[in-house]
Amino acid sequence: MKFVDFMSRDAIRTSIDVDDKETVIRTMASALLEAGKISEEEYESTVEAILKREELGSTGIGRGVAVPHTKHPSVSELVGTVAVSENGVDFDSLDGEKVHLLFLLVSPPDRPGDHLRALENISRQLRDETFCRFLKQSKTADEVWQLLEEADNNQFV
Amino acid sequence: MESPVVERSVVITNPQGLHARPADLFARLAMKFDSKIEVIRDDHCVDAKSILHMLTLGAAQGTELILQAQGPDAEEALDAIARLVESDFAADETLSQGSSS
Repeated sequence: MKFVDFMSRDAIRTSIDVDDKETVIRTMASALLEAGKISEEEYESTVEAILKREELGSTGIGRGVAVPHTKHPSVSELVGTVAVSENGVDFDSLDGEKVHLLFLLVSPPDRPGDHLRALENISRQLRDETFCRFLKQSKTADEVWQLLEEADNNQFV
Repeated sequence: MESPVVERSVVITNPQGLHARPADLFARLAMKFDSKIEVIRDDHCVDAKSILHMLTLGAAQGTELILQAQGPDAEEALDAIARLVESDFAADETLSQGSSS
């Protein structure tokens, strides 16, 4: 699965100026709402489901990266977006580090395979230090999108 | 003398596969041991103590994984990890049920 298959270009946010988990998740879900990927009626329940998932254990997987996510019946296909924070977000990560790079995923409940493949793709690409560093340094959504495309074309691994 | 490499095979049986929460539980458990622990899927070998690495396996239900450990507590580590996998990441399930009520 490639980034361009599930990432919403219009929902990518850079230089986000928030420092706590709930606000950053709300910011990203709002971006998906504005991009037309989730509906206004489903916004609140989607955010709550993502926050509930975080209570089970932080999705801050280390290296300054988090993958907040949920399954939600409101989407018919996997949707995702990226946010970049220069200052970092407190995310209770496993390694205690602040998070600078977030990949938010909302997937249909009956498609666990897609969710798994998206996680596989994200984690595989993030193993490359250069990709990770370039993404964290991105200042615009276009830069992020370009990096995602380059990663899809195996320019990093 | 270097300690021997202990090996075991496990199959992912939970329907959702090795997604973020199981990978997290897996890595956290592996971290409790001093031994070097690796997980192999086909020709792809990763560090069991890294969630990021574990997620790159993309292990869906039915995937066979080879566990390899080397170090002072290698046997103990693989016993514990095999139990976690065979329980379908029981702790994970308990948590999910607890929160959805």
